[in-house]
Amino acid sequence: MATAYSELYESPAIEFEGVRVGFDEGDVLRNVSFRVMPRETLVLLGETGTGKTLSLKLAAGLLKANAGTVRVLGKDVGAMAERELLSFRREIGFVFQEGALFDSMTVADNVAYRLLEDRVDPDEIEPKVREALRFVELERTMDLVPPELSGGMRRRVSIARALITRPPIVLYDSPTAGLDPVTSQTIITLILRLRDIYGVTALLATHRLQDGFALANFHFDKNSNRVVHDGKHGNRNHSNAESTRFLVLRDGGVCFQGSPEELAASGDPYLKRFLV
Amino acid sequence: MADTPFQVTEQQPRWEDRISVFDVLTNSAMQFVANVQEYSVLSARSLANILHGPHYMQDLLDQMDDIGVGSLPIVILTGFFIGVVMVLQTGSQFTRFGQSALTGDVVSIALVRELGPTLTGIFVAGRCAAGIASELGSMLVTEQVDAMRAMGTDPSRKLVTPRVVAAILMQPLLTGLADFVGLLGGCAASVFSLRLSAVEFWTRAIDALEFGDLMQGLMKPLVFGFILATVGCYKGLTVRGGTQGVGRATTQAVVISSVLIIIADTFLTKLALFLSDKIF
Repeated sequence: MATAYSELYESPAIEFEGVRVGFDEGDVLRNVSFRVMPRETLVLLGETGTGKTLSLKLAAGLLKANAGTVRVLGKDVGAMAERELLSFRREIGFVFQEGALFDSMTVADNVAYRLLEDRVDPDEIEPKVREALRFVELERTMDLVPPELSGGMRRRVSIARALITRPPIVLYDSPTAGLDPVTSQTIITLILRLRDIYGVTALLATHRLQDGFALANFHFDKNSNRVVHDGKHGNRNHSNAESTRFLVLRDGGVCFQGSPEELAASGDPYLKRFLV
Repeated sequence: MADTPFQVTEQQPRWEDRISVFDVLTNSAMQFVANVQEYSVLSARSLANILHGPHYMQDLLDQMDDIGVGSLPIVILTGFFIGVVMVLQTGSQFTRFGQSALTGDVVSIALVRELGPTLTGIFVAGRCAAGIASELGSMLVTEQVDAMRAMGTDPSRKLVTPRVVAAILMQPLLTGLADFVGLLGGCAASVFSLRLSAVEFWTRAIDALEFGDLMQGLMKPLVFGFILATVGCYKGLTVRGGTQGVGRATTQAVVISSVLIIIADTFLTKLALFLSDKIF
């Protein structure tokens, strides 16, 4: 397994250790262990129902594991009371699969939600909301309500909502699921920009391998304001490939963990199904 | 063939293993107890949240508007016609004995003590418990409740407490209004159908009421408001099975809250009668 350079001297941002989650129907996750280092992106790959969303919810403390520990920013999330968790979750941005925007609020209020909750001065809120919406290129939708937006726009607003407080960790739950290729590309570009401009640590669940490879092979160049391919070998001025790793879930367990190259070179017939 | 997803394995329970009346009964009983426990915890927390912040005043006002002002048409319409029907039904009986003047007494006591609170409770439950369950249920299935938690908000504070407090505050006001409009309807029916004078009807109606009747009539709606809001919230926040589940939860919220209101009414009546005997 490729070791990220940061692993040598930093403690992991997210760490799962022997995590087991079971419902009446049986175990969904069994003995799952992995770690995500600061500024690293871990792509959780797997078919529907393999526990990708569940892993994200565990990391955010929305669910508790039956066994094992989940540590986020050095804190044992499973041992925290809901009250502590509520304030702790402000360190984490969560982009839900369908956006999960509040239907009864305008786009601006959705994005400002955390700031409104913290009773931030309205004069300070407005420019921050505008900036976050400008980041996802949806400044003009401020006064609309979520049902008026398209699926892709809703996810972009959801990303804006997640980044408003500049959390060090962002969890993406299938951000491109059910979107057309062009819109998917827009979303991935946003995730790239968020990573390369703000340096967020990300856990990204997806069933599309191309999303993961896009994150591994491209970076956002601040100077030219464009997404740039990293090139084949030795041409990387960013450590994206090292900092993007894959974790494949299958039947509740970890079936593969490693770098994009290792995944591409893997001979496992199950993994090859994703590569087609 | 270990990789085929539709493979039937030997671990699947056999048909005869799955059928056991005892198992079904114990499972349902355990499920029922677990549900009651969950409901009690949610209800208790909804009230405990009032004691310390953060409070969501704007949400409370919105809910008071929705539950209180929104229920006005249904409460006024039904209240009025219940008053009319009460007079039509009882008036003819009293007329047989030449005591049609007693109609005012009967209508006011029945309305204030029983029909006003209970029927308003059931109508508002039909409207608001359903509304609350479907709204919260939809929020749950579209992950909005999780999103709220993920952003550091306690859904029981933001979603449940404002609804429960709004229903508790609004229900007595709606009931008072229903009583008044019911008496107006009764008065109209007495004047046009029984040829009583309006003054006579109102004098008798008001004289017939004692403090205990009013206490009973305004104590019940507090409990009914609590029931309809907590049942609506509980059913909404425990939706299983997507949009179909939301529909089911909505129906259940109305049925359960209406039944609970009638059952609670029985005990509250007994309690109120006991208290008015002892105290007033």
